[in-house]
Amino acid sequence: MDKIAHGSDVTHHYLRPKKKFPNVWCAGCGNGIVMGALIRSIDRLNLDKDKVVVVSGIGCSSRMPVYLDFNTLHTTHGRALAFATGVKVAKPDLKVIVITGDGDALAIGGNHFIHACRRNIDITTILINNKIYGMTGGQFAPTTPGGSFATTAPYGNYEKQFDAVKLAIGSGASYVSRGTVYHVQQLEKLIEGGLNKRGFSLVDVYSNCHTYYGRFNKEGDAVKMLEWFKKHAMPIEAARKLPPEKMVDKFVTGLIHETDATEFCQEYDMLLDRLGVKKEVAK
Amino acid sequence: MNNNNNKARLLQGNEACVQGALYAGAEFFAGYPITPSTEVAEGMSRELPKVGGKFIQMEDEIASMAAIIGASNAGCKSMTATSGPGFSLMQENIGYAYITETPCVIINVQRGGPSTGLPTKIAQSDIMQARWGTHGDYTAVVLAPSTVKECFEEVVRAFNLAERFRTPVVVLTDEVLGHMREMMEIPEPGEINVIRRHKPDVPHDWYKHFEITPSFVSSMASFGEGYRYNVTGLIHDQEGFPTANPVEIKEKLDKLRLKIDRFADEIYKIRTDMMDDAHIAILSFGTVSRSARQAIKMARDKRIKIGAIQLLTLWPFPDAKLREMLSGVRKVIVAELNMGQLVNEVKRIAPRHTEVHELQRYDGEVMAPQQILDKIREVK
Repeated sequence: MDKIAHGSDVTHHYLRPKKKFPNVWCAGCGNGIVMGALIRSIDRLNLDKDKVVVVSGIGCSSRMPVYLDFNTLHTTHGRALAFATGVKVAKPDLKVIVITGDGDALAIGGNHFIHACRRNIDITTILINNKIYGMTGGQFAPTTPGGSFATTAPYGNYEKQFDAVKLAIGSGASYVSRGTVYHVQQLEKLIEGGLNKRGFSLVDVYSNCHTYYGRFNKEGDAVKMLEWFKKHAMPIEAARKLPPEKMVDKFVTGLIHETDATEFCQEYDMLLDRLGVKKEVAK
Repeated sequence: MNNNNNKARLLQGNEACVQGALYAGAEFFAGYPITPSTEVAEGMSRELPKVGGKFIQMEDEIASMAAIIGASNAGCKSMTATSGPGFSLMQENIGYAYITETPCVIINVQRGGPSTGLPTKIAQSDIMQARWGTHGDYTAVVLAPSTVKECFEEVVRAFNLAERFRTPVVVLTDEVLGHMREMMEIPEPGEINVIRRHKPDVPHDWYKHFEITPSFVSSMASFGEGYRYNVTGLIHDQEGFPTANPVEIKEKLDKLRLKIDRFADEIYKIRTDMMDDAHIAILSFGTVSRSARQAIKMARDKRIKIGAIQLLTLWPFPDAKLREMLSGVRKVIVAELNMGQLVNEVKRIAPRHTEVHELQRYDGEVMAPQQILDKIREVK
């Protein structure tokens, strides 16, 4: 009981008191779980609230920053990473976090996503991946599996799926991980790791949209969908030891890829050093 | 022009834009290569790091516009530069800059369109796009230089207006102006007043990022200064939180309009030549104004009483001021490098007794003084 009360105190410390709750999300939505994990990670790292900037695009998950008591920037569809890049380059001492969805980051924002990875700019990106467009009512996304149903795939999706993790690795991100809204403790650790990493970090979070994806594809309610994550997630350490045939219906979670490539602002600093320029943070 | 002065420099219009931005204290530039504006990005990539500023080449113009808005919210004076197709791509986030009242400067070195159009040739066909390019209601501030020196001055003015009114400001130049070279003297620091956005002077808890003040312009804190405000492209209340309340919606949209309209007299800039006794006026902006100045000299030699009006502020459109000027002439010729955009605004505001004549060119060439002179002879 004590533990819950403490958790609630922490949560309230990072939420905006004046903002009118309840939030816009459906009951049982995974977005709240991710928000809680993010708050606890930030609290554990003892980050200065004034120095945290949370940027988002458009979609259900992108409504998160408005509830959070940080510097918050709710931008246009798909562009969160481009806005965040401007913030980070302008003031590298700020901790920049991007909250995005699978449609936001991988369809309309796909170009910004790969280039933010390529620059390896120090932005922690939490991609809440529910395999569907929720806010507009359940259209298929670049992450929707083949054969799945959506309002724009009434006969089953005939497109191929994006794998955000592979995309990020291929594009040069230096910290690439995947979690789920069922494995909350692991998720907190992954977010914490991303926040600690100097470079572009991705946390691809499998989340449930039972309202649309679950309903259209007969995957059940929120609890059923969380159970699916529990059953099909395979930690990277275990996955590495398994033969491919045992991984067929599994997906990999954990810290999947990490490098120590130099970060964008670091490179820019080195350039200023070479030019003999005194660095000044904007007033 | 005093060519004997050793401070005078031979600069391209695009280079003068760079110098103007540096003079105004630009600290951040994001852009994407596009003809005929690329020299602005090249110049900024060379000069900004030297003064500790930040240059970033983004993956496209959408991202460039996004990045300068992000940087501006982080406290930097920010700018981008582009041309036609890039300006089209920027419209989405230009709208975001309007609604979030984020100061920034966008230079559009105009080329022929639509689409890829004429990358290396002149046009003035983005006047209406600069005013109405992004969806929804808002009030635009758009400036238009005609010389290299004016490129410098109007970019400084664009930064000042952007910072003062917390709004994006567009500077419309064109291919010819961007690439032509003229002598100009760069003013000493302090010669032109440079403005920075007004910072809040209230405790953190009292701060409202979109406060409706008597001037309708709000103070602006930066990210990282302890105010922890919310910025959204949704219509929002004074604290920046989304609202669906009809009163707050109207208040917000009125604010976007009134903060500009109330100070429009200070934004208008019109240059006149030989208008005192003129019966006919040539009305133009940008590169065409250069030809107009030459044409009226040629016409004056032929004893035609004619003058020239050059708009350095295109938007907000100087309705009353221009109407007053035109009430003194019998005829006005509106000369522009497009199929007739500015002329419709002039027709809207012209006094009944003033005939409005159109002179257009849209073949990628400059409008020669002789062409204007021919038109003068035709209508006089």
